[in-house]
Amino acid sequence: MAHYLDIIFRSIFLENLPLSFFLGMCTFLAISKQVKTAIGLGSAVLVIMVITVPINNLILNYVLKPGALAWAGKPDLDLTFLGLLTYIAVIAAVVQILEMVLDRFVPALYNTLGIFLPLLTVNCAIFGGSLFMVERNYTFAESVAYGIGAGGGFFLAVVCLAGIRERLEYANPPAGLRGLGLTFITTGLMAMAFMGLAGMDVSF
Amino acid sequence: MAESKTELFIWPIFKRNPIALLVLGICSALAVTGQMSTAFVMSICVTLVVAFSNMTISIVRFQIPGSVRIGIQITVIATLVIMVDQILKAYSFELSKQLSIYIGLIITNCIVLGRAEGYAMNNPPIASFIDGLGNGIGYGFILMSVAFVRELLGSGTLFGFEILPLTTNGGWYMRNGLLILPASAFFLIALLIWILRTLDPKQQEKN
Repeated sequence: MAHYLDIIFRSIFLENLPLSFFLGMCTFLAISKQVKTAIGLGSAVLVIMVITVPINNLILNYVLKPGALAWAGKPDLDLTFLGLLTYIAVIAAVVQILEMVLDRFVPALYNTLGIFLPLLTVNCAIFGGSLFMVERNYTFAESVAYGIGAGGGFFLAVVCLAGIRERLEYANPPAGLRGLGLTFITTGLMAMAFMGLAGMDVSF
Repeated sequence: MAESKTELFIWPIFKRNPIALLVLGICSALAVTGQMSTAFVMSICVTLVVAFSNMTISIVRFQIPGSVRIGIQITVIATLVIMVDQILKAYSFELSKQLSIYIGLIITNCIVLGRAEGYAMNNPPIASFIDGLGNGIGYGFILMSVAFVRELLGSGTLFGFEILPLTTNGGWYMRNGLLILPASAFFLIALLIWILRTLDPKQQEKN
């Protein structure tokens, strides 16, 4: 159990996707002007990551890996080169299905998340989450924990940044720095703050 | 077409830079800028992918049905990225390990999809190819500038060669640890945007 908590903790604070790997920056910067929309986007990312990372893990282990197709009678087949294409297709499909399911059964939630869902197909954070899962050879249970942690980390970062940006509206920066430039500096400062947690040890 | 081929090529580098003005493709831009060599390879890969994906999509643009165009664009891009990835793995395995997942992330790089959707869908192949080259180089320009500062001041080297002798090796330069941390890339990009927007006030955001 402690092992999984450790993965979650690490991926939220130390290996935060937007702040230390710069993933999902485009959406991160574009949709962090208001706390309310940031919460919508953040929860959409969280939900999709919790679903796609484990699914891609299953596909990797039972279809793509060398020898993974032994159950289909083809133990020599190595399909890992199709990885990138498969993961992005899975993500696109999950996003599409989730959109339809939410629309049909939970309209209230659909109205909150709705506009962000299609955007998330090309969100590097979600795709990056799956790629990190592959690179670190997570097992199925670990990939579930990683999905929760990585999505949670994105949620936390985007909501914090939105909170700061709402306050920054009242500031009067130099003209060239207004908007994007100032947001970058804020994000940099936040990244440093998150890095301050690096020394923490979480062995339960 | 309103713009000449030269303008098409030059504009994205300074005037309409995809990173500084359009906020596209920052996802992968910052992570590989710790060293000049990784930034350089990354720029080449992105330039190739965006140029060829633009050209391919532009060639088949009349055959693509509107409702599934994003899927088709992603498939074209993903195929090109897989090719780049396999070539890197075959000829320069060390670099491909260092770039780790960021080569794969070119697929979701907004510049590539953004140019495919915004330009290649409505323009002829050659113009699209040049537009792709320009955008790729504009992206590379920012990437290399950030990597230049980070590697020179952070580790005293450029492309791995020692430029400023470090105190740890008996030289005079005390390396700046901050520039090795990811956070510094944010500050450097902010400064670059500030400079570009001060030089060209039209790019400044309104209140």
